[in-house]
Amino acid sequence: MSSDVYRRIQASPKFAELVRQRSRFAWLLSLTVLGLFYGFILLVAFRPSLMSERLSEGSMLTLGPVVILSMFVLFWVLTALYVRRANTRFDELNQAILKEAVKGGR
Amino acid sequence: MRPFTWLQRTAQHAAVALVTTLAATAAWAGPAVEATEKQPLNLHAIVMFLVFVAGTMGITYWASNRTKSAADFYTAGGGITGFQNGLAIAGDYMSAATLLGLTAMTYASGLDGYIYMICFFVGWPLILFLMAERLRNLGRFTFADITAYRLDQGKVRTMASIGSLTVVCFYLIAQMVGAGQLIKLLFGLDYAVAVVAVGALMMVYVIKGGMLATTWVQIIKACMLLAGGTLVMLLAMSQFGFSYSDLIAKASAAHKDGWKILSPGKLTADPVTAVSLALGLMFGTAGLPHILMRFFTVTDAKEARKSVLYASGFIAYFFNVIFLMGLCAILIVGQNPEFFEGGQVGGKLIGGGNMVAMHLAKAVGGNLLLGFLAAVAFATILAVVSGLALAGASAISHDLYARVIKKGQANELDEMRVSRYATIALGIVAVGLGILFEKQNVAFMVGLAFGIAASSNFPVLILSMYWKGLTTRGALAGGYVGLFTAVALVVMSKSVWVAVLGNPAPLFGYDQPALFSMPLAFFVCWIVSITDSSATAAKEKEAFGDQFVRAQTGYGAAGASSH
Repeated sequence: MSSDVYRRIQASPKFAELVRQRSRFAWLLSLTVLGLFYGFILLVAFRPSLMSERLSEGSMLTLGPVVILSMFVLFWVLTALYVRRANTRFDELNQAILKEAVKGGR
Repeated sequence: MRPFTWLQRTAQHAAVALVTTLAATAAWAGPAVEATEKQPLNLHAIVMFLVFVAGTMGITYWASNRTKSAADFYTAGGGITGFQNGLAIAGDYMSAATLLGLTAMTYASGLDGYIYMICFFVGWPLILFLMAERLRNLGRFTFADITAYRLDQGKVRTMASIGSLTVVCFYLIAQMVGAGQLIKLLFGLDYAVAVVAVGALMMVYVIKGGMLATTWVQIIKACMLLAGGTLVMLLAMSQFGFSYSDLIAKASAAHKDGWKILSPGKLTADPVTAVSLALGLMFGTAGLPHILMRFFTVTDAKEARKSVLYASGFIAYFFNVIFLMGLCAILIVGQNPEFFEGGQVGGKLIGGGNMVAMHLAKAVGGNLLLGFLAAVAFATILAVVSGLALAGASAISHDLYARVIKKGQANELDEMRVSRYATIALGIVAVGLGILFEKQNVAFMVGLAFGIAASSNFPVLILSMYWKGLTTRGALAGGYVGLFTAVALVVMSKSVWVAVLGNPAPLFGYDQPALFSMPLAFFVCWIVSITDSSATAAKEKEAFGDQFVRAQTGYGAAGASSH
């Protein structure tokens, strides 16, 4: 029954490895996003004047839009990185775990 | 399908009646009488919108032939691809408020608009990293499938449905009132006609075509929105030689706030509001029932992840388009007397602040582009409302009816019939409240919906997936405390206590509840769970092991189109 399969998966060292790798990667990316974003929000809240600083003398580029645009791009690139690794490396590991656990029951 | 025949007939009649009404209104309309309020009938907009309605009705007919089982109805049989779902999520998430409100905010206060947009966006990467695959692996039709996975089905589902329905109702009212005002302005139709039209079309999409039709309405609308926005932005930017520096130099010179449009304005009034808003928008996204439901429409976790990748790409792109549109509008709309009442530049914009995007479309592309963007706005409202109604109906039929009242013994046909009745009920409620709230300022309702989602749905959902120690008692206490605190704080805040109820001073000093209500909900979930030493609690904790394996590997997950 499926609950045997669950037990076998849980006991499998490969499963522990998958959980460890994926959690580490997901939390690393999440903390990056949270850290940068809330750092930015705190700057907006406590040092608002910083946002309209020009990047260079006479430039029309100011810090606010440049930082926000960089966050849009960076955060999207991070999602792409996660999807690539999860849909290849993690999913292969996952398939291997499932195959082993289901076969072990026969 | 026989029990539904009368429903189908009603739906068809409603559609016919609607089209006839639209056509009849078009035939009667002479020159606009109430030019300040109601705009002259916009034929371009109406023709383009009718094309959209005809197309989506065709799709709904096609979808209705494929919607046979409950899985078809709730999740389009789980056969939507990641790319399609990404577009549909973007379509669900980018409401008319996004297009009109954020353009207007950038036009009025510059950088503030862009800060709002990054707050609206940043929930998506987190949904991917922490939730997407677990949602797909654990859930089947509604997010309560996940929160109730190892907890008390009846109690937890009841709470989840109350949370979902509250969010859906506030969101629906905001959309309906917005729809009525917007359509009155853009199409020159009566407010009530507009609200009834939106309600009737929504019922047809959802009742006849279920999730499949709703998904395709979202996809088509998302494409129209992306194309329309991009076109307006490109035409507007061409007036500045596609130079951002040129645009900023001229916009900051022309705007009444000058260079200050490049620094945060209202948001910095106090740091608490800034952080609370950021929290509410970010985690509210991860607790919206109509968004969460979209994760169950794809084949597997792989496609669920791809959905977020595509959705966040489209959303990020479109926010940047809107920022540029808002900046361009400062010059193209803000300096043109044609768009101000009485021709007074700097006075009141014709049709109110939310019309900036529409005026911009007219300025750069004439009546044809205005008509197209107006049709896009109407389609947008329709798509968002349909998604909301489907999520609300699923909470009623799948959670309340099938699992709470019938304790899992409901037959599938009855469950589907209940969800169709629920859709009709929700449609009637939405139309009724939409008409009732016509003259009210409903801006706080979207904020409230996000606040409740972040304070009730989200804490219970994330804890149930991540924390072994969560028990039924803890989930119930935390979920209800979050729900009531969020509602109470909003009622006591300026936007309701003063603006709606007419009291002199607010009881709660901030407009955004999330900073207070969300941590409180987490704390209550935690404290009640760890002090729960009952036998059921021990069993619930033990069941986390199997749930964890399924969340991680997808083993045992509801399969695609296997029903």
